[in-house]
Amino acid sequence: MSQPPRVVLVDDHGLFRSGVRAELGQQVTVVGEADDVAPAIELIERVVPDVVLLDVHLPGGGGQAVIAAVKKEHPEVRFLALSASDAPEDVIGVIRAGARGYVTKTISTADLADAIQRVADGDAVFSHRLAGFVLDAFAAAPSPADVKPSFDPELDQLTSREREVLRLIAQGYTYKETARELYISVKTVESHVSSVLRKLQLSSRHQLTRWAAERRLT
Amino acid sequence: VHHRTEPSEPAWPPSRFQGHPRRHSRAERWRNRGNGEPLRRDPEDRLAGGVAAGIAAWRGFSPTTVRIVLVVIALWGGWAVPLYFIAWLLIPARGAEASIGSKARHDSRGVALAIALGSLLAVFLLLAGALNDTTVETYGWPQVISVACLTLIWRNAPEREQAAMRHLVEPLESLGAGGGKRRRGTVLRLTAAVVLLVAGVGWLLTSHASLALLRPLTGVLLVAAGIVLLLGPWWLRIARDLVLERQARARAEERADMATRVHDSVLQTLALIQRRADDPQQVVQLARAQERELRSWLFEGRAPGESDATSFADGVRQIQRDVEARHGVPVEVVTVGDCPLGDDLGALLAAAREATVNAAKWSGASVISLYAEVEPDQVEVAVRDRGKGFDPDSVPGDRKGLAESVHGRMTRHGGSVAVQSAVGEGTKVTLRMPRTEAAAAPTESGETAGRSH
Repeated sequence: MSQPPRVVLVDDHGLFRSGVRAELGQQVTVVGEADDVAPAIELIERVVPDVVLLDVHLPGGGGQAVIAAVKKEHPEVRFLALSASDAPEDVIGVIRAGARGYVTKTISTADLADAIQRVADGDAVFSHRLAGFVLDAFAAAPSPADVKPSFDPELDQLTSREREVLRLIAQGYTYKETARELYISVKTVESHVSSVLRKLQLSSRHQLTRWAAERRLT
Repeated sequence: VHHRTEPSEPAWPPSRFQGHPRRHSRAERWRNRGNGEPLRRDPEDRLAGGVAAGIAAWRGFSPTTVRIVLVVIALWGGWAVPLYFIAWLLIPARGAEASIGSKARHDSRGVALAIALGSLLAVFLLLAGALNDTTVETYGWPQVISVACLTLIWRNAPEREQAAMRHLVEPLESLGAGGGKRRRGTVLRLTAAVVLLVAGVGWLLTSHASLALLRPLTGVLLVAAGIVLLLGPWWLRIARDLVLERQARARAEERADMATRVHDSVLQTLALIQRRADDPQQVVQLARAQERELRSWLFEGRAPGESDATSFADGVRQIQRDVEARHGVPVEVVTVGDCPLGDDLGALLAAAREATVNAAKWSGASVISLYAEVEPDQVEVAVRDRGKGFDPDSVPGDRKGLAESVHGRMTRHGGSVAVQSAVGEGTKVTLRMPRTEAAAAPTESGETAGRSH
């Protein structure tokens, strides 16, 4: 590993921020903290970190607002969404806005450091819960409204292999365990997950767009 | 008897024949063709009873050859069929202690039923014999024995063989009754019956144009009527006995179900109370919760473990809440899709609950993953922990949880269970329940209703 990734923490709970900062220690370099949307945007544009650890819920609007504002000027900044919330539309909304992954706040320190490194390397990070949400979103039978607007039908459904990978992740398997279970390499698991992330962000499926529309993202 | 020789001994010559090698040289050559073991049916390689495969292995032929020979003999005279069933009855399955026949000897009700069915067919054949049709004569009469043998086999075969037989008969059953196809099955059956009746009467009238030839038929009818008068009450009694027996079996199943429920609720709680004996407050809390549950079961008819959940996903979340509250182990739940609850899915939930409780109690894992996915044709639940795991082959028989509560429950409702575990590597229990048409129908009708408004 070269240098530890430079990280900005965005969360409205000061206690949580200091906890993460203390626990992550030397594994990452925390270059700044923010507690709301506006200060976060200002901070990120100033320090341009590798990874932003972003709470889905912020007092001044959702975490999506931060991503939307920063994305245009600094596409190289990567976001990892973090939340105690289980509401699928919030999580899917942040991912569709451009976050590279989603983990719950109950995650262990080692796993969090690992996830940050993964996002810094450009990979996607799917927690078991996100995998479940995605399966759920793509599993619902396409409604008639879904059929026409798609410009690339491939984006609208998961391949069976992608489904298998997501299923195992949703059952709490790590990437490594998933790879072993399916007799594929960890790299292949990563590429499947990245492909799912791409579909999630670009699909025009009705159900996904509806979630996004509720959050005014389209 | 020589076929009791230990497998480790050389198969030939058996000790009994030692000292007379000359006299048995031909038998020796004959015997060396086969596998040297006594004749045993082979349920692993079966089409019906595994008799052909058994003979093939015994004599060193290919099973296909034996089967073809059997079929040819059956076409010839019809006697091969009952012979096959007799062999099925008398030859023990490989690895089994005794033959089905030795068990059937003590099944007096089965013997009576076999005789009854055989005599019923005999009366029918007597009537048919009046047609002077030789095919009925040559093929029909041996089947009286077939029917009797088959009845005994059906009632006394070990469970695994019975399951295989049921699998063979399944297509016929779905024709007769079951599920949404019932009406079509009835129509089909009635049509077939009408066609047969018309064809039979037509045949009678055309082939026996003159009434004189029909005269022997009257005699046969009289004989048949006599037999029916003689045996009729007995037949009826046997039929009634069968109904009673079935009721008794239903009662036994109900009792097993109740034992399962008591185990899941009361026994589990008692075990918990013993473990937490040093924490009086918790013990009181557990006891009170159990009392409430037991009361609602006895007086309100709501079974323990069967929640008041409104949907499947809701039920899964209830499992999470209950297990976290009772056992203090976090449960990570992921549900994909949802559907209304039916009987089968209720059983699936109860089994999933038991598997989760088991993981919380025994695995020692710090977190349990509970994954549930509703697919169009089935519902799958996976309960996984990274705890100490166990060797699935060496679970003691008295560990009722996995065996009865999970396995019994699932199989009673047509589902399946797969357990993956190894010492030190955690456990994964996968439960699958097919979605019945009845459960799928309401959403469909709901949609149409919604559209028409």
